[in-house]
Amino acid sequence: MTFMKKTLTASITLAAATSMAISTAQADISDGEVRIGYLADMSGTYRDLAGPGGEAAMEMAIEDFGGSVNGAPIEILSADDRNSADVGANTVREWIDQDNVDMVGGLVASSVSIAVTNVLEENNGLGIVSGSAASSITNEHCTPNHIHYVYDTYPLANGTAKAVVDQGGDSWFMLTADYAFGHALEGDVTEVVEESGGEIVGGVRHPFPTSDFSSYILQAQGSGAKIVGLANAGADTVNAITTASQFGLTQSGQQLAGLLIFLNDVHSLGLESTQNLLLTTGWYWDMDDEARAWSDRYFEEVGARPTMVQAGIYSSTMHYLKSVEAAGTDDPEVVRAQMAAEPINDFFARNGQIREDGRMVHDMYLAQVKTPEESTGEWDLYNILSTIPADEAYRPLSESQCDLVQN
Amino acid sequence: MTMIFGVPLAVFMGQLTLGLVNGAFYALLSLGLAVIFGLLKIINFAHGAQYMLGAFAALLGFRYLGINYWLALILVPLVVGAFGMLLERYLLRKISHLDHLYGLLLTFGLALIIEGTLVNFFGVSGARYATPEVLQGGLDLGFMFLPTYRAWVLVAALAMCLFTWFMIERTRLGAYLRAGTENSQLMQAFGVNVPLLITLTYGFGVGLAAFAGVLAAPLYPVSPTMGSSLLIVVFAVVVIGGMGSIFGAIMTGLAMGVIEGLTKVYYPEAANTVIFLVMILVLMFRPAGLFGKEA
Repeated sequence: MTFMKKTLTASITLAAATSMAISTAQADISDGEVRIGYLADMSGTYRDLAGPGGEAAMEMAIEDFGGSVNGAPIEILSADDRNSADVGANTVREWIDQDNVDMVGGLVASSVSIAVTNVLEENNGLGIVSGSAASSITNEHCTPNHIHYVYDTYPLANGTAKAVVDQGGDSWFMLTADYAFGHALEGDVTEVVEESGGEIVGGVRHPFPTSDFSSYILQAQGSGAKIVGLANAGADTVNAITTASQFGLTQSGQQLAGLLIFLNDVHSLGLESTQNLLLTTGWYWDMDDEARAWSDRYFEEVGARPTMVQAGIYSSTMHYLKSVEAAGTDDPEVVRAQMAAEPINDFFARNGQIREDGRMVHDMYLAQVKTPEESTGEWDLYNILSTIPADEAYRPLSESQCDLVQN
Repeated sequence: MTMIFGVPLAVFMGQLTLGLVNGAFYALLSLGLAVIFGLLKIINFAHGAQYMLGAFAALLGFRYLGINYWLALILVPLVVGAFGMLLERYLLRKISHLDHLYGLLLTFGLALIIEGTLVNFFGVSGARYATPEVLQGGLDLGFMFLPTYRAWVLVAALAMCLFTWFMIERTRLGAYLRAGTENSQLMQAFGVNVPLLITLTYGFGVGLAAFAGVLAAPLYPVSPTMGSSLLIVVFAVVVIGGMGSIFGAIMTGLAMGVIEGLTKVYYPEAANTVIFLVMILVLMFRPAGLFGKEA
């Protein structure tokens, strides 16, 4: 008992002394440092769309910001979540308990992000989700402790599916990854296709992950649908597209619609098998001078062109640091409010604004993959066809199921 | 239209054909495992990584040395097989007197190291390996469009399986090998260099994996993780066929390819699990496997 009392008194005294020392030195930055945790798939299926490249982008942001906020140095911790919700949640719990991490960034697989944002809510932390797709992250799974930054399944369906139906692709066969993200995307797409006057004539839910798609492609060919919609991601999408091209799917008059395709996927597949594919993206490295200038710097660091997720990680880290500076504190609630108060317009986001549900809405783009003849270089992959304005791209707040939204 | 269990005949036939193609592939991979386990009693968890190395060697050989597909089909299994022999000679042999589990752990660790190293350099998105010109295009079978390359995979894989079976079951070298693993001391007394025989066998099994890797390179994106998902399925095939049974591995590989293919039509959600279901049933009713000898 006496021992505990003593320890308790000692720690209180110590804590008081430390906090006094800090408050005089660095205003309200907790423990005198801004600590950012970078959590992502660093070795698995989703490595190339965020992974080490995303960490490099985050480091670039910190360096460009000057390495410190109001005199408090900025530090990065990073970990591999191996696409496991448990690993992700435990890592973040440890970061908050033991390392005083102020913000968690990266966050790729939707299942990991949902688990991590729950931990952040319990412990009053702050998270910026950049890699995940599920729109539920700011809908039924919204919390006051996170922001969803780059894109989600709603604009993917809204952009690609709508454009395809408008071009005459009115009968669809869905190839869906059989887990939460695939189901969500399939649902969003079905809604958009039917609203635009098309119909879903069939579909297959394939296990995640699948390496051999030949059987499913054969079924899609047999369905007679004009469009084969790919509601999957990463290696599954790459495999499905490769197999479709081997079986002559597009030569026989059918068309593929990739609903979630990243730059690295197209780069890996090559233009021969992806040409003319329509897709929706939050950003493209070659879309204007500002984007190009930043990508050139990134290219020098990493040796590849950045995906929208990697660019978004830079942009969101920068916006976070500016908000900490402006608010004079790293208190999650205050910083989140500050981040939502300022519009975001940089090389990444146009007309960007963080809504009360945590969704960062910004202009999205409908793009088409170039043909090998059009392309002038290894990374010259997309034509931007049109802009989907920020206020139309995302699920309207009036349809939101998020508790933070007053409906 | 003729229907089979509610599926048009054409679709059914198509799935059957694709199932056979995949099955030939499973057969080739499980054959390598079965040879290594049956003769050496090594549970080779690095088989997936060695298969991946085969595909990678083909890709890099083409990219940097201009080695074409046909040459790669011969050279790559030799090179990767030689790498396998080094592993056997300097690592696996040191623990050959211990329980099988140690070999499993060692090869599993090796697989992780090989994969991790390649991920570090090449990422996971994978790269495309062009289909050789003569095998491009497809055959119109009436009920389906079969890409020529897949037809070739079926032929090449089956030919390699037959060759292996013949070598081990019907030649003098094969007889030495089987005798050497049965009673190595006696064989050594007869003047046969058993350790060398074992090294060569392991190299041969690894070469089979690499051969499958080269065959796979034009089919799937070549990526460091391509072997790890396949490995578990192939292990299930070996268990169903009977650990170490060469004929069993070939037949079971083909059968599982077909069963999996049909599942993809009737209940696609279970396509990845159906093989394990069969495995459980086989373990319950015939623990030694369909073609295995009762221990």
